[in-house]
Amino acid sequence: MISAHLPALQVVVPLLAAPVCLLLRNRHAAWLLAALVTWATFIIALGLLAQVADRGTISYAIGDWAPPWGIEYRVDLFGALVLVIVSGIGSLVMPFARINVEREIPAERIYLFYVMYLLCLTGLLGIAITGDAFNLFVFLEISSLSSYVLISLGHDRRALTAALRYLIMGTLGATFYVIGIGLLYMVTGTLNMADLAQRVPDLLHLRTVEAALAFLIVGISLKLALFPLHLWLPNAYAFAPTTVTIFLAATATKVSVYVIIRIIYTVYGGAPIFREGILNEALMGLGMLSMVAAGLVAIYQSNVKRLLAYSSVSQIGYMVLGLSFGSVIGLAAGIVHLFNHAIMKAALFMALGCATQQVRAVSFDDLAGLGRQMPVTMGALVVGALSLIGLPLTVGFVTKWYLIQAALQDGAWLAVIVILASGLFAVVYTWRIVEAAYFRPLPEDREEVREAPLGMLIPLVILAGACVVFGIGATWPMDLALAAAESLIGARP
Amino acid sequence: MIAETTLPLTLAVPIVGSLLIWLAKSRPNLREGVTLVTALILFGLVLTILVPVIDGARPSVKLVEIYPGFDLTFTVEPLGASFATIASFLWIITSLYSIGYMRGHHEAYQTRFYAFFALALASTMGIALAGNMLTLFIFYEALSISTYPLVTHSGTPEAKRAGRVYLGILLGTSIGLQLLAVGITWVTAGTLDFTEGGILSGKASDGLVVLLMALYLFGIGKAAVMPFHRWLPAAMVAPTPVSALLHAVAVVKAGVFTVLKVVIYIFGLDLLTTTGASLWLAYVAGATIIIASLVAMTKDNLKARLAYSTVSQLSYIVLGAMLATSTGVLGGAMHIAMHAFGKITLFFCAGAILVAAHKTEISEMHGLGRKMPFTFAAFFLGSLSIIGLPPMGGAWSKWEIALGAAESGQAILVGVLMVSSLLNVAYLIPVAVRGFLPAGGAGNPDSGERWEIREAPLFCVVPLCFTAVASLVLFFYADDLYAFLQPIGGGG
Repeated sequence: MISAHLPALQVVVPLLAAPVCLLLRNRHAAWLLAALVTWATFIIALGLLAQVADRGTISYAIGDWAPPWGIEYRVDLFGALVLVIVSGIGSLVMPFARINVEREIPAERIYLFYVMYLLCLTGLLGIAITGDAFNLFVFLEISSLSSYVLISLGHDRRALTAALRYLIMGTLGATFYVIGIGLLYMVTGTLNMADLAQRVPDLLHLRTVEAALAFLIVGISLKLALFPLHLWLPNAYAFAPTTVTIFLAATATKVSVYVIIRIIYTVYGGAPIFREGILNEALMGLGMLSMVAAGLVAIYQSNVKRLLAYSSVSQIGYMVLGLSFGSVIGLAAGIVHLFNHAIMKAALFMALGCATQQVRAVSFDDLAGLGRQMPVTMGALVVGALSLIGLPLTVGFVTKWYLIQAALQDGAWLAVIVILASGLFAVVYTWRIVEAAYFRPLPEDREEVREAPLGMLIPLVILAGACVVFGIGATWPMDLALAAAESLIGARP
Repeated sequence: MIAETTLPLTLAVPIVGSLLIWLAKSRPNLREGVTLVTALILFGLVLTILVPVIDGARPSVKLVEIYPGFDLTFTVEPLGASFATIASFLWIITSLYSIGYMRGHHEAYQTRFYAFFALALASTMGIALAGNMLTLFIFYEALSISTYPLVTHSGTPEAKRAGRVYLGILLGTSIGLQLLAVGITWVTAGTLDFTEGGILSGKASDGLVVLLMALYLFGIGKAAVMPFHRWLPAAMVAPTPVSALLHAVAVVKAGVFTVLKVVIYIFGLDLLTTTGASLWLAYVAGATIIIASLVAMTKDNLKARLAYSTVSQLSYIVLGAMLATSTGVLGGAMHIAMHAFGKITLFFCAGAILVAAHKTEISEMHGLGRKMPFTFAAFFLGSLSIIGLPPMGGAWSKWEIALGAAESGQAILVGVLMVSSLLNVAYLIPVAVRGFLPAGGAGNPDSGERWEIREAPLFCVVPLCFTAVASLVLFFYADDLYAFLQPIGGGG
């Protein structure tokens, strides 16, 4: 039965499609293949989610080598949710990419773009599905290397330095991660996460295990762009091709959050290290710093893409803050924000992408007057902005509401204040965009601007619609997140 | 039950109306027709809800579960029913007035105006009928956002600045303080349902009650208690119908309505009386009443003066609520209705003067009353109601609030109310009097004007006469309103 092999297909299909794309060389054919494959991965991910919701965690032994000797793919509710997010955003990006890439990347390199895109997708999906800590490193590298290439494809030459910077930081992060895994292997003799989860909690008194945790957390924090390790992110997002920015902003950092949650809650067993260590305080502090510092910096950006990039750093703080409480509700808030932030940030970057497609630039001046000229695009932008602020009836509010609950239950008053304040920062920086689009007249030297092509508008409207639909009917993602958080923590609140 | 079916429709109808308005954008007559029909249907629906509430029923509908454990719930009680009735009724009048005003004043982007107006009304209905605090909060924010395009309607740099103040204060207070208060309430009480007698009693410590009350009052920026009142004068850049219905009735009353709801159904009057958590806030409201009145006297721009008058009058209601006695609360609830009719009349008049004579400053209005007798007569009646003189509706509500203050033994607050009434006389009556005085000297409008000043279009004048007469009529029917609202004060 094919349904039994979905975990393998989830990764193998895009992985095999990548070299085929390379052989095709024709950019239209490459797009078609990439699109079909991405959509297939989305369907597979949905299938997996249904299976997991139905029957519980799936364990799949690659090549029938039983774990822990072989590599195990392990899909639980949380993993399945991340798979759906990654492949879903990937699917929505594809129609947008077809039009956008034509403009931003030289025609002869477009097929290479799709190759890298598929590899990146493979890597991200692989991270979320694998149950093997070293295999995770391999996928991390696949996704990272391909994303360096993707960023460097940006037509601005600063994209090259941004990519190089990301490469250096990313490599550091990956190295730290692999050192951490190495230390754990030294002590436990296994790389399988389920096995690790049984052994590590008993060995927490060992300095080696503590050091491993430090390496792992720092390594992933680099990939995560947690303040103050976020410096690679703003330029990488600002100068990458728009399609790449949308895709990475919505998925790459989310997958890193997934890894950090996996390590803390699955491998290290969550509660024990939180109880005695300073880990939760460190994460809470850094999360709050991310929210405040990046939020403040975002206010002063003149390039809208960079502004949104800083806002991403700020929003990553929400997720880290959520997981740092160690409570079901906090973790669930963090997990649901993976989903929420993915759709709202994708919507915002995509709206911006539609605008740049038509006017070619991304400063505030370039947005002037677009509110009237591109009503759909700018309407979607406003919806995204409202979500970012966290107003009711949008997904942003769902996260905020549960985060505040978690913080209040924890008695963390400072966190409450920071959550509320960062919402206010968001008002300021998003409203700058709205005002530019709606209150400035169209510059006289610019000819009539038209609405973006349908291929870009439809995914945009779907994303913006999702911001509202899942903001009003948040029961489905929230129930999932609560269930995932419960199974990760292993106890009811 | 018929009310259960019509309840969700009160929200759906204005939203659908808004869509239809958008679709009819190329045909102005059809578009305004849609607005009117929507307003009429909405009022009809609200009446079907009102009738069972008069009989003592409390219709309630759980619409959808939005988050696990949280429903979008609508429950009607007398306070909400009266607010919904006032807002939906005045929407009909305002729609008629808008037609006269927007066309007479040649405003642009009228489709956007009518569409967002309908959305604002939908949000108001959501606030009025909300069955729990989260539902109320959701629509509270929706109202802030849906009125933003109306405030910044003209798109000028001034409007943009005003829009910043407007959103900045309203969102700042609601996200910064009110949301926190709601969160704490939920964590403390384990429920957010509006319940008679409150939900916090026995669960929150005295200190927490004091903190929460302050967070709520200042978090509800729409109540315009100082120092968070600046958004209201800023909102006056909007077209006059917006100022009239939204910034004299729907939005500001949504604020004080929320305050009353929180006092009655979240805290419960008993809890507030025993802890004394709200009494110091009554003094804040008292200070707002006096200061805003004083500021109003210095304003020459008619709309600005009316705006500060609104700030002051809103604090009457807040003061009534903060007394936390049944008389005070009832007085506050009645003042929502009385002030609504009085103030909307005044704004309608200000708009009519702008359309007909292109005047915004009071000092330029010498002798205008002779050209526009209906408008200025209505202004006079409206002023009397705001001041609280018989035989106008405002007299009763102010009397109740003062009585409430006296019952609580707050002599200073009674004094504040008296002084404020005198100040009201001082800043409102001269406007009407000036209009009827003969225009003399250099300011003679007959000599310098290029056009003949006449009454504003019929669509403007009829509504304002109507609301003026209505505030007169309310004087005689205040008893019924009182009896209807009585249950919210705990039976009297």
